[in-house]
Amino acid sequence: MNVLSIRGLDKRFGATQALAGINLDVGKGSRTAIVGPSGSGKTTLLRLVAGFDAPDAGEIHLDGQLIADAAGGVPAHRRNVGLVMQEGALFPHLSVLDNIRFGIRDRSDGEARALALMDLVELSRSMADRQPHQLSGGQQQRVALARALARQPRLMLLDEPFSALDTGLRGQLREATAQILANAGVATLLVTHDQEEAMSFADQLVVLREGRLIQAGPPQELYGAPADPITAEFLGPAIILEAEIQSGVARCPLGDVPVIEARATPPGTGRILIRPEQIRIASPGAGDTAATWQVVAVEHAGPYAQVTVKQLSSNAPSSNLVFKTPSVDLSPVGSKVALTVSGPAYRFSTSA
Amino acid sequence: MSIASATQASEVSQPRLQRHRRGPHPGTMAAALLVACFALVPVGFVVWVLVQAGWETAVSLIFRPRVGELLVSTLLLQVLAVPLCIALALTLAWLTERTDLPLRDFWRWMAVAPLAVPAFVQAYAWDSTFPVLRGLWPAVLVSVLAYFPLVFLPIVAQLRRLDPAMEEIAATLGDSPARVFLRVVVPQLRLAICGGGLLIALHLLAEYGLYVLIRYDTLTVAIVNQFQAVYDGPAANLMGIVLFALALPLLSLDAWLRGNRRYARVGGGAARLAPTARLGNAWPLWMLLPAVTSALAVGLPVITLIRWLWIGGEGAWAFAALGAAVWQTAFYALLGAIVVTLVALPVAWLSARAPGPLQRRIENIHYYIGALPGVIIALALVAITVRVALPLYQTVATVIIAYILLFLPRAIVSVRASIAQVPVELQQAASALGDPPWRAVLFTTLRLAAPGIAAGMALVAMGITTELTATLMLSPIGTDTLATQFWARTGEFDHIGAAPFALSMILISVPLCVILHRQAMGAAGR
Repeated sequence: MNVLSIRGLDKRFGATQALAGINLDVGKGSRTAIVGPSGSGKTTLLRLVAGFDAPDAGEIHLDGQLIADAAGGVPAHRRNVGLVMQEGALFPHLSVLDNIRFGIRDRSDGEARALALMDLVELSRSMADRQPHQLSGGQQQRVALARALARQPRLMLLDEPFSALDTGLRGQLREATAQILANAGVATLLVTHDQEEAMSFADQLVVLREGRLIQAGPPQELYGAPADPITAEFLGPAIILEAEIQSGVARCPLGDVPVIEARATPPGTGRILIRPEQIRIASPGAGDTAATWQVVAVEHAGPYAQVTVKQLSSNAPSSNLVFKTPSVDLSPVGSKVALTVSGPAYRFSTSA
Repeated sequence: MSIASATQASEVSQPRLQRHRRGPHPGTMAAALLVACFALVPVGFVVWVLVQAGWETAVSLIFRPRVGELLVSTLLLQVLAVPLCIALALTLAWLTERTDLPLRDFWRWMAVAPLAVPAFVQAYAWDSTFPVLRGLWPAVLVSVLAYFPLVFLPIVAQLRRLDPAMEEIAATLGDSPARVFLRVVVPQLRLAICGGGLLIALHLLAEYGLYVLIRYDTLTVAIVNQFQAVYDGPAANLMGIVLFALALPLLSLDAWLRGNRRYARVGGGAARLAPTARLGNAWPLWMLLPAVTSALAVGLPVITLIRWLWIGGEGAWAFAALGAAVWQTAFYALLGAIVVTLVALPVAWLSARAPGPLQRRIENIHYYIGALPGVIIALALVAITVRVALPLYQTVATVIIAYILLFLPRAIVSVRASIAQVPVELQQAASALGDPPWRAVLFTTLRLAAPGIAAGMALVAMGITTELTATLMLSPIGTDTLATQFWARTGEFDHIGAAPFALSMILISVPLCVILHRQAMGAAGR
């Protein structure tokens, strides 16, 4: 049974088509992340689900009940959908405890429940009387999460909740949030522009671009088999090559690489995706004929180094490859190397 | 010429090392301290009056039934008018900022417009149209109409600064729009409401002309009357101390609020338009409020003036007197604005560029003094000039000094804000390019701050144009400004003759509304 079910959702702002024909399902207790560049419509989608904006076409169902279509919708305050925004948006005039129990209507056990929620989000109870401005960014987000959980929402919406935090804290809070939401069993919709965050948080990844849903599925699957080159590059570093493909093997500048395809396509030329982490530099033997590449630049960045290689047979800079490799045993600039590919390449479907 | 020889040519001599300066520039600091000491003159006056009069005289003049009556009538006015102003302003602000009321922009302007009508002109319109309006309730009515914009403006500015995310979050937590407004919006307006309310309370304490015309005796009215009967007498001075004692708690409250003022937006987030409430079919009912308010606060004075001018015809325009008054008013306003701004510069510079606890205290002194009723400042200046600087008594200089004390806060706020907006990096860049400090300050920082400083000067000039009490008490004999001429004519029940002067003051004050309106609106973008 799906908690959230969206069908054919359209939204325009003046001349801009913010969302076009979105279909999406979010299962009970699952975590869905919506990624896309800015302006892709991801925040608009979230606001339509929360009830701050109304769709121009399509339907939104929550727990099987219609909550919005083009004709009208359930007002935001009757949807029981939790929301955590970037930088928390804590009420500045209320203490931590009062922020958390803001949505609790039953006054009798409000304080006890709020304190229990503080435990749940791992905030010390001694902070109950603090004012929002006395908290760090991470603590503010925990209060915001507790406040949203207090009403036992049917669905939790997270609008870039980690993006204002430092890198280290961000990962930590992301894991904690995922854990807390899993324990509470609340289905979650996370909006982010950070694809790494999305992939590590979600069990369903949704890619939006220019208001359209490009692809949805398990993160690992999308990473390995993206719908098109733009999505491939959005989800992580990508090497996209023209290749001659025949019976499951792609002949490309990196040699013959086994290839998987979205669907069976006739032999011929096509574009393939190789993730840079698939590439290994093989230590060349003297006079190795396989050494068809030359290292032209090495940029050190701690544990990893970014290596630029060029094909010996070609002088066009466009055929250079750039990828990261562990910074041990690096071949110096100018050395001739062989490259191997571990694992298969992925062939984009021709329509993309 | 090569680059090398070009740079060498400019380095003729090795610059000498100078001692590092820590903290603010001593010259600027000294100037600011001097201005602060000077501003404390009215406080010195209060102490001096108490010492001079002696305990028994003071007690007999302060604790008498007449002062008690005046105290009650003054406080009654405060207790009734201030909450009414707040309620009216809050409702109008909600209607114009958070609902789909038709013509919201127009109604917002109409709620600021009463600021262009000086309170005593407002009272003149009511008095000459409905001469039966006398006493407390008419005084409350006209006070509310004249002064509610002073709390409307900060409320609107704060409403626009609020993060709409708060209201959205509250909705997801189950609050209906009405509950959101009460539980989330109003508490965040607390400081704006209190600050504006206090400002109105201080204005009501200081107001003279309005209550004379409505025939409602307040402490200030009685002090000015007493002063005009017996110059520099102990009775007026001691009543001045009672007024001072009334103003003091308001000032301390205001200072406390200032200290507690924090940024409304805890998080940043994308600035979005705040959600608007739908009034539905009830909108004509809601529109009655702004319509009636502006009809009374703007429509009535304007129509009254037009009516008197119509009745008077060409004879209403005493062109010679009007011309002289305009000239004199312009003289006082311009001279005052220039002097006040110059005096404000060191204080504003320090608080924008070198803030510190001492600097803040200096700045606060001016806010206290500027908030004192003009009548106290006038009494103090008369007492001092008569005793220690007789040549200054009843001269332009004394009037200008009073304007400095009264209008310095306006100038400081504008100058400080415009200096703070110029990135200090620009001044540093000018220094790095070889400008000596004075040049960098003058041609970079002050040059870029000039528009804001000019706006501050305009605010001061407009304040001076409609200042009545201190000008009446201090100006040299024969001074005919628009305000004093208007006042002399209303004193002789010459409604028609007063109208052109009133109209001139309103026209001169229109830019005041525009500047203040823009400041309140602009708060959203910054």
